[in-house]
Amino acid sequence: MIELIGASKEFIKPSGEIHTVLNNINLIVGKGEFCSIVGPTGCGKSTTLNLIAGFEQPSKGKVQIQGTQLQGINKHAACVFQTENAFPWKTVIDNVSLGLRLDGVKKEEAYSEARKWIEKVGLKGFEGHYPHQLSGGMRKRVALAQCLITQPEILLMDESFSALDVHTRALMENELLSIWEETSASVIFITHDLEEAIALSDRVIVLTAGPAATIKGDYKIDLERPRNVSEIRFDPQFMKLHEQIWNDLRDEVFISYAHANNA
Amino acid sequence: MHTQTMLDNKQDEVLLRKKELQMKAAKIKIRNLSLQIAVAVIIFGSWELLASNRYIDPFFFSSPGAIINQIKEWIFEGTSQGPLYIHFIVTFEETILSFIIGVVLGVLAGYMLGSNDILAVIFGPYIQMLNALPRVVLAPIFIIWFGLGMPSKIALGVTLTFFIVFFNAFQGVREVDRNLLNNARLLGANKKQLAKHVIIPSALTWILSSLHASFGFALVGVVVGEFIGSTKGLGFLIAQAQGAFNTTGVFAGMVILSITSLLATWGVGKLEKRFVAWRFVRQ
Repeated sequence: MIELIGASKEFIKPSGEIHTVLNNINLIVGKGEFCSIVGPTGCGKSTTLNLIAGFEQPSKGKVQIQGTQLQGINKHAACVFQTENAFPWKTVIDNVSLGLRLDGVKKEEAYSEARKWIEKVGLKGFEGHYPHQLSGGMRKRVALAQCLITQPEILLMDESFSALDVHTRALMENELLSIWEETSASVIFITHDLEEAIALSDRVIVLTAGPAATIKGDYKIDLERPRNVSEIRFDPQFMKLHEQIWNDLRDEVFISYAHANNA
Repeated sequence: MHTQTMLDNKQDEVLLRKKELQMKAAKIKIRNLSLQIAVAVIIFGSWELLASNRYIDPFFFSSPGAIINQIKEWIFEGTSQGPLYIHFIVTFEETILSFIIGVVLGVLAGYMLGSNDILAVIFGPYIQMLNALPRVVLAPIFIIWFGLGMPSKIALGVTLTFFIVFFNAFQGVREVDRNLLNNARLLGANKKQLAKHVIIPSALTWILSSLHASFGFALVGVVVGEFIGSTKGLGFLIAQAQGAFNTTGVFAGMVILSITSLLATWGVGKLEKRFVAWRFVRQ
């Protein structure tokens, strides 16, 4: 269970002014829940994720994981980043087995576990390849395997698929869902794409435009599972939800756009 | 049967096309190589002609033939300062030692300052200051401190190599992808594991790319040190030839030095390929 309690994040700008990124975020994500966070550019989606991952500490309020306050890095989480997860100097199998190896698991054991995960994400035969020899979609598969092999209770995804082309993206989204359904991990999925958020999630959180972003809306997505991401978009219920959330999000996008133009 | 012959025909055609492409590539290779050789022939040929017909004074400009003869003489009969190989070995040993010491110190210092902000802030300006100093002026001081033997040359070579490697190692440690660092931390890496799995491999490409340049600089430092004061080495040999107004000897020394440096560059290149396999295994 992830709890953000009155969490705020402030930075001191070089000019000495205080810049508030997040203001008073209260959010509870339950075990096994798939929760997306959407909001206009620069609203602090990634900062929220950084707080949960423990990369950054909140300036006010606190982050609780399984009931205990988070200090330092979050040991229960793994993260698929927007850019690269895979270490370019490691082969696929070394990348995937890294989490276990860091934990002190013996090499053969870690490798055999890694082989299972590599097969699960559909990369069998590529164990000895280096990341630069793989396509963007394949590298995302490596990233997923690398994260899930440690069986994290929390999977963080920071616009993980936004750099992929449309078809690969739909494919990866479906695979993410099918793999996730086998685990009991909570997912925090950061995206600026509302359709992606609705198609994947149990719950969509809308943030207001920054600075000092806070939660504007919290929507339950009670579409049936298992879902097919590319077809669910034609579901009438999906469209209704989309319209409803978009009404909320649109104003924030316009505010953020106006900010950007004034700056 | 019919389709089989068609397939064969197709394969023949593919083979033919492949051959044609290979021929084309070979032709381009031969053309480039012959142009390169032509440049050498023109430069050295005209130098030889000009010198032998006394359009230029061989006393000041020497000639390719004379230089080759001088190198032969040095190799087979020895120099006025003893056999050539002694000088060669001395210079080579000094260069290798200053290269190794410079690289080790540079990597250590670069890593320390790169991974520790406080150290970087404190020592940064001093290192910049030292780097701004033309290192050649240190030669006299090193000769006073360490004498005419090897240590003074090695010290000078080290001051040149150190900074190149240092700045690259420093930058390499600084430029490690933040996401990769965060990813490794989430996956459970402690400080030592972060260094081993992320920071060092990432910095290694930077460091290795500095090795080419730094080997050249080690050689420069050593030879300059030998010029200024020594009793052995290729630099000493060149200085002696200069003292005797032996232009041919100076050129011969230069040729031997550049061959040494070329060999070393080739060796470093091999090393690089071995250590950053992930960059080079492209298919």
